[in-house]
Amino acid sequence: MPPEHARGRFVVREAPRLAPMSALSRDDVAHLAGLARIDLSDAELDRMVGELGVILESVAKVQEVAADEIEPMSHPLPLTNVTRPDEVRPSLGAEAALAAAPEKEQQRFSVPRILDED
Amino acid sequence: MNTDPTRLSAAELAHAIASKELSSVEVVQAHLDRIAAVDADVHAFLHVDGAGALDAARAVDERRASGEDLHVLAGVPIAVKDVMATKGLPTTCGSKILEGWIPPYDATLVSRLKAAGMPILGKTNMDEFAMGSSTEHSAYGPTHNPWDLTRIPGGSGGGSSAVVAAYEAPLAIGTDTGGSIRQPASVTGTVGVKPTYGGVSRYGLVALASSLDQAGPCTRTVLDAALLHSVIGGHDPMDSTSINAPVPSVVEAARRADVKGLKVGVIKELGGEGYQAGVRARFDESVTLLQEAGAEVVEVSCPSFDYALAAYYLILPSEASSNLAKFDAMRYGLRVLPEGIEDPSAEQVMAATRDAGFGDEVKRRIILGTYALSSGYYDAYYGQAQKVRRLIANDFSTAFEQVDVLVSPTAPTTAFKLGDKLDDPMSMYLQDVATIPANLAGVPGMSLPSGLADEDGLPTGIQILAPATQDERLYNVGAALEKMLVDRWGGPLLAKAPQLTAKGA
Repeated sequence: MPPEHARGRFVVREAPRLAPMSALSRDDVAHLAGLARIDLSDAELDRMVGELGVILESVAKVQEVAADEIEPMSHPLPLTNVTRPDEVRPSLGAEAALAAAPEKEQQRFSVPRILDED
Repeated sequence: MNTDPTRLSAAELAHAIASKELSSVEVVQAHLDRIAAVDADVHAFLHVDGAGALDAARAVDERRASGEDLHVLAGVPIAVKDVMATKGLPTTCGSKILEGWIPPYDATLVSRLKAAGMPILGKTNMDEFAMGSSTEHSAYGPTHNPWDLTRIPGGSGGGSSAVVAAYEAPLAIGTDTGGSIRQPASVTGTVGVKPTYGGVSRYGLVALASSLDQAGPCTRTVLDAALLHSVIGGHDPMDSTSINAPVPSVVEAARRADVKGLKVGVIKELGGEGYQAGVRARFDESVTLLQEAGAEVVEVSCPSFDYALAAYYLILPSEASSNLAKFDAMRYGLRVLPEGIEDPSAEQVMAATRDAGFGDEVKRRIILGTYALSSGYYDAYYGQAQKVRRLIANDFSTAFEQVDVLVSPTAPTTAFKLGDKLDDPMSMYLQDVATIPANLAGVPGMSLPSGLADEDGLPTGIQILAPATQDERLYNVGAALEKMLVDRWGGPLLAKAPQLTAKGA
C-alpha cells in the first residue's frame, strides 16, 4: 500500500503510477486522434505529444485523493428524467433544417460514401 | 446626468428611455457609433447587426409611443456571446468549423431578450468553443483589453467583457464553464455573474461541457447584472436541466445591499501562493470593508479545492470530446475534402474537416477527453475526477453550514500580455483556479471590481459564491461592496481606464 497521510477531511496517498505520463507516445496520440476523427499532421502530432504529457501529468493529481468510498458526481443537480406529453408541436421545416448543409439532394443531407468499396 | 448614452448604466438607460428623455433608437445609434469608433482596436465583436438592432429599437419606441406597458429593460441594447444561437445572425463559437453558419432558431435566452424588447447589437468574440482564458484561441483573432490594448480581456468571454468595459454595449451575455464570465470581468474591471447551474436555460447554447456550462450577465454594475439576470433566468421546458422554480429575487437583493449580520467566509485555499500581490491586497481591502459594514468574516477551509483544477481538466475535455463530435461535416458547418484521396469516405472527410476546422486548443482538449474516457484509463482519470467533484461539492456544503457567502479573489493575476501564455497551456489553465470549483458544484458566483493592482495599475476582481439557488445573496453582498468601493474611488473603477482613441466616425 502506498503511504497515506491525513489531509483535511480526507486521506491523501502517493499517486499510484498507473500509466507513466511520459509513456503517452506519438503512436498513442495518433491513435487517439483517429478515434476522435481528427486528421492531425505530423507537425501537430509532434507538438501535441509533449503538450499532452505536461497536461496529463498535472491532471493525474486527482489520483492522489483516496476516494474509494466516494460516490462519483456526474452532474451538479440531482437529475430526474423530464418528459412531456406526446403531442405534435411545430418544428423546423425541411428547408430550414437543410439550409446550412454542405451538400443536399432531394430534401436530404448529401454525404460522402459511408462504406468501403470492397 | 452624462449626455453620452454609452456612459450610462443599463438601469439609467432604462429610466431615460421609459421617461422618454432618450429613444431606444438614439441609444442604439450611440452604441453603434461607439462600436464604429473603437472596435477596430478592441475587436470585441465578430458580427455587428446595426440594421437589426435599429429595427428592434424602432419597434420598441413605437410600442412605447402607443402607450404599451413594456419590460423594464425594453429598448436597452445588448451584445450576445457568439456561442448562443441567434436566428438569422451568424454564430461561429469563434471557430472556423462554424464560419458562416446561420442558426435556424433562437436560443431560449435570446428569445427572452427579444421578448423583453432588447435590441441585439451583435455577437461577441470568444475563445473557440469557449476553450480558453484569453480569447487568443478565437479563430478570428484575439480581443484586446480596453484598459491596455496589448493585454488579454480574459476568456473565454473576453468579447463580452470588453464590449461592456469599452462602452460598446451597456450589457452583454456571457457563458461560464470554468470562469468564462467571471475571469474576464475581473481583468476588465466589470461585473460578471454565473448563476446557479440550471438557473438560465442552456437551450441554444452550443455546449462545451454540459454539466458545467451556464450563461449569465456581463455588466458594469451589480444592479444591471440583476436586471439582466431576471430577464434571462427561469424555467425552460426546452432544457431538461433547467430549474423549475422562479428566478431568485436578485433585483430586490441588489437594491437592498446590506451585509449587516451576514457571515462571510474567506476560502483559505484560494488566494495565497500564486496570487499576484496587488490582487491579494485589493481582496483584503474588500474583505475589511465588508467587515466594517457589519459582516462577520471567518476563514473557511475547502481542502479538496486543491484538486479542482485537475478534476476540471478531466471532466471538461471528456464532456467536450463528446459534445464536439457533432461537428462531422455532414449537416452544417465546414466540409473539407482530404487531399490526394479520390472518392473519400465520410470518415475521411470528417477527419480532414475537423483537422482544418478546429484550432489547437480544441484539438488538445478533444484528444485529452478521448484519452480520459478510453477503456483502461476511465477509472483512473474520468472516474476519479468525478469523485473529486463530489468532494468539492461536499466542501461547499460544509462551508455553507458555517457562512452565508464565500469570497476569494476571482483570478490569480491581472490581465497578462497577449501571447504570454499561448505556448504554455497549463499556465493558461491556472487562470481559472479560483472560479472552477463553483462550476463543478453548480453554485452561483459573481465577480466585481475590487480595485487596481499597485504594481501594474490594472483591474483586480473579488469573487462572491453562494449556495445553489441562493443567487440573490451574491447581489446583496456585491451591491453593498460595490457601493462602498465606488465611494472610496470617488466614482466607478472604469472611469480610471484610459480613453480609447476613436477611429473614423
